[in-house]
Amino acid sequence: MLSLNRVSKVYKVGTFGGKDLVAVRDVSFDINEGEVVSLIGESGSGKTTVGKMVLKLIEITRGSIVLDGVDVAGVKGSAVKQYYRHVQGVFQDPFSSYNPIFKADRVFSLIRSEYFPEMPRTEWHDKVEAALRAVTLEPDQVLNKYPHQLSGGQLQRLLVARALLLELKILVADEIISMLDASTRIDVLNLLADLKSRGMGILFITHDLSLGNYISEKTVILRRGVVVEMGATEKVYGNPTHPYTRMLISSVPQLHKKWAQIESELAAPIAGRGGCLFHEAYPLAGRADTRTADEPTLAKIEDDHFVGCFELESEKASRVA
Amino acid sequence: MTAVGQVDAQSEVTAPLTAPPVKQQRETLFFALRSKKFLISVSILLVLLVIAIVGPMLDPTDPLLQNGAHVMAPPSFHDGTWFGTTIFGEDVFSQFCNGLRASFFIGFLGGGFAALLGMAIGFTAGYKGGWIDEILNMLTNVFLVIPTLAVLLVITAYLSARGVLFEAVFIGATSWPWAARAIRAQTFSLRSRDFIDLARLSGRGGWKVIVFEIAPNMSSYLFLTYILLFGGAILIAASLDFIGLGPMGAMSLGLMMFNAVTSASLVLGMWWWFVPPGIGIMALVGALYVMNVGLDEIFNPKLREL
Amino acid sequence: MSLQVSDLKVYYRTLGGDVKALDGATFSIADGEIMGLAGESGCGKSTLGNSLIRLDGRMKYVGGSVTLDGAEMPIWDKTDMIPFRFREVSVVPQYAMSAMNPTRKIGLMISELVKSRGMAYSDIKVELERRIDIVGLQVDVLKRYPIELSGGMKQRMVMVISTLLNPSLLIADEITSALDVSTQRAVAETLVSFRDHGFVKSMMVITHDVSILYQIANSILIMYAGKLAEKAPTETIIGRPLHPYTQMLVGSLPEVGVRYADKKLSGIPGSPPSLLKPPMGCRFRARCPLAFAKCVEEPPFVEVEPDHSVACWKVAGPNA
Repeated sequence: MLSLNRVSKVYKVGTFGGKDLVAVRDVSFDINEGEVVSLIGESGSGKTTVGKMVLKLIEITRGSIVLDGVDVAGVKGSAVKQYYRHVQGVFQDPFSSYNPIFKADRVFSLIRSEYFPEMPRTEWHDKVEAALRAVTLEPDQVLNKYPHQLSGGQLQRLLVARALLLELKILVADEIISMLDASTRIDVLNLLADLKSRGMGILFITHDLSLGNYISEKTVILRRGVVVEMGATEKVYGNPTHPYTRMLISSVPQLHKKWAQIESELAAPIAGRGGCLFHEAYPLAGRADTRTADEPTLAKIEDDHFVGCFELESEKASRVA
Repeated sequence: MTAVGQVDAQSEVTAPLTAPPVKQQRETLFFALRSKKFLISVSILLVLLVIAIVGPMLDPTDPLLQNGAHVMAPPSFHDGTWFGTTIFGEDVFSQFCNGLRASFFIGFLGGGFAALLGMAIGFTAGYKGGWIDEILNMLTNVFLVIPTLAVLLVITAYLSARGVLFEAVFIGATSWPWAARAIRAQTFSLRSRDFIDLARLSGRGGWKVIVFEIAPNMSSYLFLTYILLFGGAILIAASLDFIGLGPMGAMSLGLMMFNAVTSASLVLGMWWWFVPPGIGIMALVGALYVMNVGLDEIFNPKLREL
Repeated sequence: MSLQVSDLKVYYRTLGGDVKALDGATFSIADGEIMGLAGESGCGKSTLGNSLIRLDGRMKYVGGSVTLDGAEMPIWDKTDMIPFRFREVSVVPQYAMSAMNPTRKIGLMISELVKSRGMAYSDIKVELERRIDIVGLQVDVLKRYPIELSGGMKQRMVMVISTLLNPSLLIADEITSALDVSTQRAVAETLVSFRDHGFVKSMMVITHDVSILYQIANSILIMYAGKLAEKAPTETIIGRPLHPYTQMLVGSLPEVGVRYADKKLSGIPGSPPSLLKPPMGCRFRARCPLAFAKCVEEPPFVEVEPDHSVACWKVAGPNA
């Protein structure tokens, strides 16, 4: 449904914009119908940048984003408005997502005035109520209130309801539960799973591996703007191959298993090559490797499991651009 | 040392999730009515405004009418010259009232014009960023360093007649830079908030976002900026009038002082001629600035004293 | 020695009345124990942690006592607490990133700090350098400005500074929340190493992340809406929680390995009560699936088995 192809974002920094800062480099993956794709990375990995590029809030420097066969990377103007009918986003801080001086349900009226200006009031009212019920919110509990009168969980769900007012195909959820309490997190997460079962595709951006594992079909691990490992979730978590993925998994505090135990359960890592595009120590600029930087390769190590590693690539010889 | 039960200076804390918006407005009103700075300055302004509006109606004498028979008279209540007369026999009180009117007018118009320009440029530069921001920044900087006096002198050399409107436009066109700067900075910080992204995701763009999302969030700030521009315009106008570059054919407080000084009223001891306009300008501009500080305290919860 | 807290009550002053943020906490921490203090936002855990070291302007001490190593701590008086702060009890604050003066080199800042406590920099220099080495930083970090360090490095530096005088009790307030997963582990393990090296005797680790506590804490205290809910050794809290809130809380955490398709987890419906006018009786009553008639009376926090205390009528019995 939505595919990213060699998407990159380069910022011009320094006086007079002389230097290049590569925030995201050649990221490619797909989101299909009824699928949750987790984009996992730490701070500075570029995951939010990728999310904003999918939402066309940030311009794409290179690459293409194809929705149902149409490349939307370069479109502007009213075509972008059309794009937003199918692709919407929810962000991390529920309180920052609402204009504090207006009531919370103003986010609905914005949608109405831009996309459904002629819809009669009663029909719109019913539509809003249906969307609220789909996210398990009671209309009279959340309508006509100011943001500070509602809880974080309610606000996030309200934003999902807003997205449902349109003909949503892809939802970009950028760390939407990291600011919520533990007891409400799982409810919002289950809501995403519910949307998935109704045929929507969800890009779930997070730094929390346990959440990614809980809800997603595919996982993409991002490090400093480059995909280091990706594939089916059980394969990435079950057989983490890239040193970075292994480090992440061994550092996640799990319930019922201590860190020392997890580490010993992971098999020995692959020895890294100096100057590797994907290796732990890769600085992303000015590398000394002889391979061309324009052809990053993800090696396929098993069905639906790709790792950014030249060692593996040369061994398994299955080049995926 | 805070003993049990004593209220500390900074004990304001937001109650968790239960404060309705009506309470917020009432809170603002509560603090507004408690602020001495606000109350005193607003009273002074109201008094001056009443004088400016009602004065000329009470004393319909033409301020520029010269009455040779009644020159240099000190203030007296009997013959209706409450503030005395000038060296040409003009009624100082009616001059004062008309001048006050002109000051309010200039402040309103000049300040308003500067505010509009400042907002237009500040919002655009802050929201768009990039090269538009660079260009507008350059423009702002150029206007900041223009020697307004020199420009005015050159312009007046070419204009045959100058009215109050011209003065207002000129003041507006030269005092907007700092307002544009301040508004740009605020816009920058608001622009990165998620609700702006959400508005964009709702299909809104450009000016709609500025007018409906950003500006309302800065409303108290914009109001304060306008008040400062208002006061500033009055002050600039008074200075221009004082050096003779003011509008022709109208009376203003600055012009009164100009005339008073050039007619050697200081030497002649005609205090009733230059003291009222001086106090008038001081009171007007001073009250505006103090009201600004008071309003800042009211709007900004961190500065409030409980 | 140890920490004993008895019926501690600290409220917040607001225009609308007192917010009963911490309403009667009684527990103790033994020597060498790392106690985790967990709960959701608004439960009072930060209030509890802060009240043990410094009450800020909005907080009002209402009652209760705190005894550290046998001596009572006068937490209600800012001046009388000065000899205790930094020496007996110390804190690693929530935003440790910004806890260091950005315009001072770190070494200079530390020397000013110890001078204010009546000691010379030369007294502590050797020990300071040793500890910097133990946490995995280079000694030349003393010559750097805070902005030159990464988040995890700053966090560790603040931990070293806070424990310089070997306090008896260290309060760590959400120190891992703003960090990346990889740094979280390093910082959490550093915390444990401080206890193992003897730099601090006991610790109170405040966080909302129960899984971090599982990794490093000896015991966990769960708080809800200003009251204590359950306290037990870590394995017990995670493996056999007794309080309904603890059970639902632990049950809502996805451990790595649990997938939605296999086992759908559920959260706790509803939200915590307002602390301005808290409900009568047990504060969890409105959201508790086991609530019954007795719950309109406030349950006491009692020991139901050795080292395991719960505040629940269902668990402790109606005659507790």
